[in-house]
Amino acid sequence: MALKPELMREPQSYDDIPGTTVFDAERSRQGYHLNQFCMSLMKAENRAAFRADEAGYLKMWPMTEAQRQAVLKRNWNGLIALGGNIYFLAKLFSTDGLSFQHVAALMTGASQEAYAKMMLEGGRSPDGNRYTWERQTRG
Amino acid sequence: MAEIIGGLTASHVPAIGAAIDNGKTLEPYWQPVFAGFEFAKQYVSDLKPDVLILVYNDHASAFSLELIPTFALGCAAEFQPADEGWGPRPVPKVIGEPELAAHLAQALILEEFDLTIVNQMDVDHGLTVPLSLVFGQPARWPVKVIPLAVNVVQYPPPLGRRCLNLGRAIGRAVASYPLDLKVMIWGTGGMSHQLQGLRAGLINREFDLRFMDLLENDPDAAAAISHVDYLRESGSEGIELVMWLVMRGALAPKVREVRRFYHVPASSTAVGHLILENAGP
Repeated sequence: MALKPELMREPQSYDDIPGTTVFDAERSRQGYHLNQFCMSLMKAENRAAFRADEAGYLKMWPMTEAQRQAVLKRNWNGLIALGGNIYFLAKLFSTDGLSFQHVAALMTGASQEAYAKMMLEGGRSPDGNRYTWERQTRG
Repeated sequence: MAEIIGGLTASHVPAIGAAIDNGKTLEPYWQPVFAGFEFAKQYVSDLKPDVLILVYNDHASAFSLELIPTFALGCAAEFQPADEGWGPRPVPKVIGEPELAAHLAQALILEEFDLTIVNQMDVDHGLTVPLSLVFGQPARWPVKVIPLAVNVVQYPPPLGRRCLNLGRAIGRAVASYPLDLKVMIWGTGGMSHQLQGLRAGLINREFDLRFMDLLENDPDAAAAISHVDYLRESGSEGIELVMWLVMRGALAPKVREVRRFYHVPASSTAVGHLILENAGP
C-alpha cells in the first residue's frame, strides 16, 4: 500500500530545529502550484483580479483544496506546512498590504506589540531554541 | 589590468528599502541603521569603483520555481528594479558591464564553476537595498553593476566552501581582464534572521560577530560552517551568509577591516556590514 506523501519524507539533519520549516526540494515540489500562484501576484493586474474574486482566481491554479483554504484564510503557518515558501508568500501578504514583520508576528502567535518589543530587545535568543527537545523540556 | 580594490558586505532587508523610499531614514527606529552606513557612503565615493560585482539573492522575483539557478551571472546591459508585489522600488535602473561579465562567465566556467548566464533579469531588494544604503537616492547609480545571484531560497544553497572558492576564481578572473577597471565586490544578505514559523525573530549576536571575525581572519574556517549550523544558529534565512564568502574569496588572503557595523533590529533581521581592504598574501 502506498504511503501518504508526507509520511515518505526522508529524515533530514534539520528536522530537529524547533519552529522551523526548511524549504527543501521535497517541500518545493509539494508547494509548486501554491508558490507559482503567489508569484502571479507580482503583476498589478493579477493582484486586482485576485482581490476581486479570490476563490475564483485560486481555481485557475491546480493546487490542493487544503492549500486554497489556507490562502483564503491567510493561515500563514498552514501555508508554510503545505509547501509555501516565505518569499513567495510575501507576494500574497504584500497584496494584503502587510509587512514581513507583521506576518512573522502572526506566525509566532505573539501580538504585534510583543513581537516588535522582542525584536527591539535583541530578538529571540537561540538559547533553548536550537533543538526540539530543548523546547519540550522548557515546556 | 582590472583589479579588485576591496570588498563590502551589507544586509538587504526590504523594510530598509521602504524606509528610504518613504523618507523615514531619520525616524528613531531607522536612524541608527542609516548612520551605520555613513562611513561607507564617504568611503566608496572616495574609492570611485568602476564596477561592482554584487553577490545577492533573488527573493522569488526574477526566478520563480520554474527555474532555480544556483549561481546566475547577470550579463545584460541593464537591469530593471523588480515589482515584488508592492510596485517596483523608485530607484534608477541598474547599468551592467556586459564586457567584463562575459569575460567572467567564460573564465569561471573554464574553472569548473558552471554559472547560469542571464541576459534578461529584473533585480529585487536583495540588490537594490545595498546600493541605496551606500549611494543614497541618486538620479542614476554612480557605478556599473554585475549581479551575481545565488540561490538561497530553495534548500540547499551552495556550500560555504563552494562560495569561497567561487570568490577566489572571481578574483583570478578579474585580474586576467586586460582593461583597467577598479572593481569592488559586495556580498549581501544576512546576518542572523528567521522570517517564518514559531521561531521567527531569532537573532544570534554571538554567531554573527564570530562569523565576521572568521570571515576576515580565517575564511576557510568560516567556509567550513555546515548548512545545518547556519539554520540552527543563525535562523532559516541566516544561511544567506554564504554569499559573504564569495566576497571574501575574491579578496587577498589577508585583509584589513576598515569598517564594521552591527545593529539589531531592522524588521526581523540583524544588520551586519563590513568594509575590507586587501592586506597581502
